[in-house]
Amino acid sequence: MNKIVEKEFFSENVCKFIIEAPDIAKSRKPGNFVIIRLDEKGERIPLTIASSDEGKGTITLVVQRVGVTTAKLLSMEAGENIHDVVGPLGKATHIENVGTVLCAGGGVGVAPLLPIVEGFKKAGNKVVTVLAARTKDLVILEEQMRAFSDEVIVMTDDGSYGKKGLVTAGMEEVIQREKVNLSVVIGPAIMMKFAALTTQKYNIPTIASLNTIMVDGTGMCGACRVSVGGKTRFVCIDGPEFDAHQVNFDEMLQRLGSYKKEEAEAYERYLKTVQ
Amino acid sequence: MENIAEYLKEERSQPWRDELRKSMKAKERTSLERIHMPEQDPEERSHNYLEVNLGLTEEQALVESHRCLDCPDPTCITGCPVGINIPKFIKKIEAKDYLGAAVVLKETNALPAVCGRVCPQEVQCEANCFYTVKLKKTPVAIGNLERFAADYERNSGKISVPEISEQNSIKVAVIGSGPAGLAASGDLAKFGYDVTVFEALHEIGGVLKYGIPEYRLPNEVIDVEIESLRKMGVKFRTNFVVGKTASVDDLRKEGFEAFFVGSGAGLPRFMGIPGENHIGIYSSNEYLTRINLMHAADPDYDTPILRGKTVAVIGGGNTAMDSVRTAKRMGAERAILVYRRSEKEMPARIEEVKHAKEEGIEFLTLHNPLEYFADEQGRVNRMKLQVMELGEPDASGRRRPVPVKGSEFDIDVDLVVVAIGVSPNPLIPHALPGLEMSKWGTIVVNKDTMQSSIPDLFAGGDIVRGGATVILAMGDGRKAAAGMHKYLQEKVKSR
Ligand SMILES: Cc1cc2nc3c(=O)[nH]c(=O)nc-3n(C[C@H](O)[C@H](O)[C@H](O)COP(=O)(O)OP(=O)(O)OC[C@H]3O[C@@H](n4cnc5c(N)ncnc54)[C@H](O)[C@@H]3O)c2cc1C
Ligand SMILES: Cc1cc2nc3c(=O)[nH]c(=O)nc-3n(C[C@H](O)[C@H](O)[C@H](O)COP(=O)(O)OP(=O)(O)OC[C@H]3O[C@@H](n4cnc5c(N)ncnc54)[C@H](O)[C@@H]3O)c2cc1C
Ligand code: SF4
Ligand code: FES
Repeated sequence: MNKIVEKEFFSENVCKFIIEAPDIAKSRKPGNFVIIRLDEKGERIPLTIASSDEGKGTITLVVQRVGVTTAKLLSMEAGENIHDVVGPLGKATHIENVGTVLCAGGGVGVAPLLPIVEGFKKAGNKVVTVLAARTKDLVILEEQMRAFSDEVIVMTDDGSYGKKGLVTAGMEEVIQREKVNLSVVIGPAIMMKFAALTTQKYNIPTIASLNTIMVDGTGMCGACRVSVGGKTRFVCIDGPEFDAHQVNFDEMLQRLGSYKKEEAEAYERYLKTVQ
Repeated sequence: MENIAEYLKEERSQPWRDELRKSMKAKERTSLERIHMPEQDPEERSHNYLEVNLGLTEEQALVESHRCLDCPDPTCITGCPVGINIPKFIKKIEAKDYLGAAVVLKETNALPAVCGRVCPQEVQCEANCFYTVKLKKTPVAIGNLERFAADYERNSGKISVPEISEQNSIKVAVIGSGPAGLAASGDLAKFGYDVTVFEALHEIGGVLKYGIPEYRLPNEVIDVEIESLRKMGVKFRTNFVVGKTASVDDLRKEGFEAFFVGSGAGLPRFMGIPGENHIGIYSSNEYLTRINLMHAADPDYDTPILRGKTVAVIGGGNTAMDSVRTAKRMGAERAILVYRRSEKEMPARIEEVKHAKEEGIEFLTLHNPLEYFADEQGRVNRMKLQVMELGEPDASGRRRPVPVKGSEFDIDVDLVVVAIGVSPNPLIPHALPGLEMSKWGTIVVNKDTMQSSIPDLFAGGDIVRGGATVILAMGDGRKAAAGMHKYLQEKVKSR
């Protein structure tokens, strides 16, 4: 049992949770995630650790409502307990001083990007961050990103805030202006696919953090498998970060849709129970 | 070995055993027919998850116990990996001391109710029974009797909790809660240690919980055993991945003085053929975990599962058999087992093969998949198969399957489960540089003490053997507990 100690909405569908998990707070590194199960009948879902406070024994998660489990979580309040939290899982981000790092985050991918931006900055890199969202209200963590970035470029699809355009436009702007040594992209699979195509044009080494469907998170089931460089890899133990230019994003996108029908039906049922 | 033979002789010469032996002539005993385990009706059971084998009635168990000759040289025991005193427990049943029979079982076997259900007795004790070897008759139903005694004890509510030596407050850690870890923790608690079991998943039991289906091994059976361990003072920490949540070094700093690693062989293998990552292609671990651990078949639970009308399961072991029989229970119209060798080479238990056939599972032996195809959404809808034939024997002594040229053909399938084996879980080895590993990724140990190249770290079960059996994992756990006990006693003395 892990208690929710704090909850704060960033936007209608994105919420920050601070959760008691002393062991994880102590051992986690940027890039790690946890798997949670809300109650006895719940499913296990992966969520990135956005930050932690070892002294208080807490970790921070930023969660976007996309289906039943995330909706249930967003309806939970401070003081309530999450049945199971296990982690930190996955390999930590390999952080070193490479020069200039271009970080790009889309949607809820911005949350997992935060500890990575922080890590690269602290390692002495110049960090330029591109944040992308559909519209102004969905831009999250801008302030926190600014604290660890040399520059933050905000892109919105509708131009309601920052510059109008997709994440790739913001990235190209930076790449054409200065030498970029490494790029890190995290967001919806489709965004990562196009971000990777962009950096590939300029031969910039690029890391993507993959958000496949998972069950155990310990390498036991293979639900999370993806093709990287033509080989099958398990995101939970071999990743979640991979060379973005080697990832078969089309296959990953398809696999993310494995339970589309089941998920939609489950969400309908869930909505009926809360109304 | 001599001691054991003497001990067995001594036990056998006790008056109550003498008397029982004399109570019935050997001829009469051998003329009795082996009883049949009552089973659920095949058609009915292929639509439910209730246990297939119903267990012997008291009358049946009594009759069967009379068949055992209480041999002077009980060869059955040599076939049991943990050396259960088989004639003694069977004669306890004949004497109607069922609780006493359970006590005999527990002298050497930590989980008799589990082993009575899942052990391959047909290649172990029963294969070495006097009936099989000398009389060429069906062996005594040792496994069924084992299950009877263990179930009797559980249902009586009078479960014996083993005696525990004085607590020595030395902290030891058991990593993984499968049969190896459970057996080790039971013995370590008996020796008086302060035992904590660390388990990565949210449930205790390892493969017994997430792999072997409810219809072969009900969870309740395992939970009772776990409760016994709790009563003995064993602590359990679920959701704790050693090497991630905390390292072995962190645990040493917390005061743990020795470790047993029973982390299993959890990593599923795939064939690496085209199309294997299409939607609707599961590893057997994922398929069984979703259903057994996450209860995906129950609409009250949130975890989803894909169902198929035509399900192909690739493989010929217990895991394949469990998956294909589960697929039938999940509503498949056709559940097909695809195996590249012939039925004779199948590693699955004979009982499972028989049960599967009764339930209407189709066997496509001497076939091997080459490629999978999918519809526009990426869901598998067809597979290419190749016909195989048996060639020369390979390293395992089984005849090697070789492809028959030009024999490829396609069949329509909408769900595939790949059950071709597992590799050792790499989490612990990766987290422990300096730990000696074999080229197969298993931990190298001293066979007598189960001690690894790191002195305070012992290991057993599938992480040492690759994929093996429940009873071998438990035997390892107990051997390691003894090895660790010796190591710690010496360490304490030198302090
Ligand atoms: C390593 C990793 C880290 C992640 N970190 C975060 C995080 O920090 N914050 C966050 O909000 N989400 C994160 N995710 C995604 C999160 O796990 C999913 O959004 C969640 O499982 C959806 O569950 P649900 O029941 O609410 O929705 P469902 O009903 O299961 O799914 C609804 C929709 O979400 C998509 N979806 C389902 N599962 C996933 C998934 N695992 N990843 C992406 N999309 C999915 C489906 O395609 C579907 O269209 C992460 C995923 C991974 C693998
Ligand atoms: C479907 C199936 C059917 C089978 N049927 C039979 C049968 O009928 N008869 C038979 O004798 N055998 C059978 N087997 C084989 C048998 O189950 C295994 O040999 C046995 O379970 C191995 O026991 P173990 O304790 O070594 O490992 P496991 O049972 O695999 O348990 C290992 C445990 O360790 C945990 N773990 C791993 N890494 C860590 C870590 N770093 N930190 C904490 N915890 C960790 C895992 O989550 C798991 O719970 C079957 C196996 C399967 C998969
Ligand atoms: S070998 Fe068979 S008959 Fe002899 S003691 Fe063992 S079980 Fe009984
Ligand atoms: S989530 Fe099960 S293997 Fe990665």
